[in-house]
Amino acid sequence: MSEILLHVENLKKYFPTNEKDKFVKAVDNISFDIYKGETLGVVGESGCGKSTTGRLVLNLITPTEGVVEFKGQDLTKLSRRQMRSMRRQMQIIFQDPYASLDPRKTVMQILAEPFQIHNPEMSREEIQQKVADLVKCVGLRPEHVYRYPHEFSGGQRQRVGIARAIALNPEFVVCDEPVSALDVSIQAQVINLMQDIKKEFNLTYMFISHDLRIIKHFCDRVMVMYLGNVVEIGTKEAVYEKRRHPYTQALLSAIPNVKAKGPQERILLTGDIPSPVNPPSGCPFHPRCRYCTERCKTEKPQLRTMADGTQVACHLDME
Amino acid sequence: MERKTKFKQFRNPLRSDGWKRFRKNKLALVGLAVIVIMVAMAILAPVIAQNDPYVSLKDDTGKIMKNMSPQESGTILGTDSLGRDEFSRLVYAAQVSMSVGLVAVSISTIIGILLGSVSGYFGGVWDLVIMRCVDVVNCFPVMFLIIIVATILKPSIYNVMIIIGLCNWTGTARLVRGEILRVREMEYVQAAVSLGATDWRIITSHVIPNVMAPIIVEATMQMARAILTEASLSYLGCGVQLPTASWGNMLNEANNLATLTMRPWQWLPAGLCIFMAVLSINFIGDGLRDAMDAKQKK
Repeated sequence: MSEILLHVENLKKYFPTNEKDKFVKAVDNISFDIYKGETLGVVGESGCGKSTTGRLVLNLITPTEGVVEFKGQDLTKLSRRQMRSMRRQMQIIFQDPYASLDPRKTVMQILAEPFQIHNPEMSREEIQQKVADLVKCVGLRPEHVYRYPHEFSGGQRQRVGIARAIALNPEFVVCDEPVSALDVSIQAQVINLMQDIKKEFNLTYMFISHDLRIIKHFCDRVMVMYLGNVVEIGTKEAVYEKRRHPYTQALLSAIPNVKAKGPQERILLTGDIPSPVNPPSGCPFHPRCRYCTERCKTEKPQLRTMADGTQVACHLDME
Repeated sequence: MERKTKFKQFRNPLRSDGWKRFRKNKLALVGLAVIVIMVAMAILAPVIAQNDPYVSLKDDTGKIMKNMSPQESGTILGTDSLGRDEFSRLVYAAQVSMSVGLVAVSISTIIGILLGSVSGYFGGVWDLVIMRCVDVVNCFPVMFLIIIVATILKPSIYNVMIIIGLCNWTGTARLVRGEILRVREMEYVQAAVSLGATDWRIITSHVIPNVMAPIIVEATMQMARAILTEASLSYLGCGVQLPTASWGNMLNEANNLATLTMRPWQWLPAGLCIFMAVLSINFIGDGLRDAMDAKQKK
């Protein structure tokens, strides 16, 4: 394995609710590593804490507890000033390209901002040159830089968002559902762009999505989340083929398969996702799990490492 | 192709689009024209007014020309009860009314933005205290308060400006607070944070520009209200004091039946001016509201 770029340990984020002593456990004690140069996919249904995890990793929201180490430095212990200069190495691409660009700024102003913040000594001409390069790099035309975000289509806006994220040559980029707001036809273009950029800039991605096909196409390793917990993490092949965790099975059975002959087995989960304010005792997935045992109801399973390196949080025998 | 690209560099689409949208609103355009004329009148008062507004006109025999109609006196709008040129007074009164409106609104908007931002950004105790102050100030019967304060302090044009300013900041404060709460949660602010921008940079370059539009609209609307309040105060005698002319205290002259019925030139123009000014400013405010929404495409 290559070197660890980001190390997360026992990360928790509890949001307060209106009621005292009750918290939304958005992220509940998760640990994982991201290796340099890889793409880690994060999947799970809405509200399982994917986006919160992405923001915690970048220290955009302060964790309740836990450690986030980027290149060996604990981000939670950095001063605000240190954190600000650290940010040039880690960036984020947002989900909604309509909300993530300041409507009152031209593309030029939006893309100049990273340089103005981190390279205040750069001259206007240098910045303009850099912006022109960036715009070209993400497949927009040079004259686009004097337009406002509302003059673009969703896909073009997302390209601007990508350009902003890679402006400072970061090593690590969190992609928070970067294509889920786009049309399917545009999704492919943007995904390909992100892949090209990854190669060109030698990036490491944390790719958050609920689209299992994109994750399969795009990622090296996959992390499956459920109700603020990691239920399975491993290489794409292991997760998609072995389907060890019952939740992973249910999730993956939802991918339509055109090649299959005859009706496919589809695992339908019953009931709703439980409230993260009051997570179930024991395994968080037990109320909806078809293999649920007595042990699952009382004891929370920890991540166990399988022979092929996949980690699964389930009491069942997986090997 | 080359030329087209060059051209684009110099155009500011927001501004030109904004003007395009504003131009579509005919009422706002008319309002703008009326206000431009009024402001021009106020600025050029010494040039436009033929006679001194503070000196009674006398005829050839040296007799003061009291209560004369336009035809009798040969002036544009006749003379008032002391024989002063009504038109001159009207023009000079425009200066007073416009400046009262402008200064009062500046005061209230600055206070509103400051308190609203503090409330919106820092939240917590600050928010609580400031918003309760807003509630308290909103509970005051403003007119009544102004009259009391105006009588305790010496009624003067400056006091009127300050009092109106101090009573009208609550709307702006609430607006600014709400807008800042909204903008603070926008993803582009998050994006600026993730780029490593300082709070100061985020506030000045992302938050304030995005809350300016509604503030300007609110200020415009308040300007109309301030002019109206000044007129009411001056009419009641608590505002701008004679002999300084304001539209409000010119109306005051119509407080007896004889003037009201027999000498309309003494009060009608001032009333019309107030009416036109307030209406026009409100139209401009409406137009601005539509024009300043950058996202609205039409």
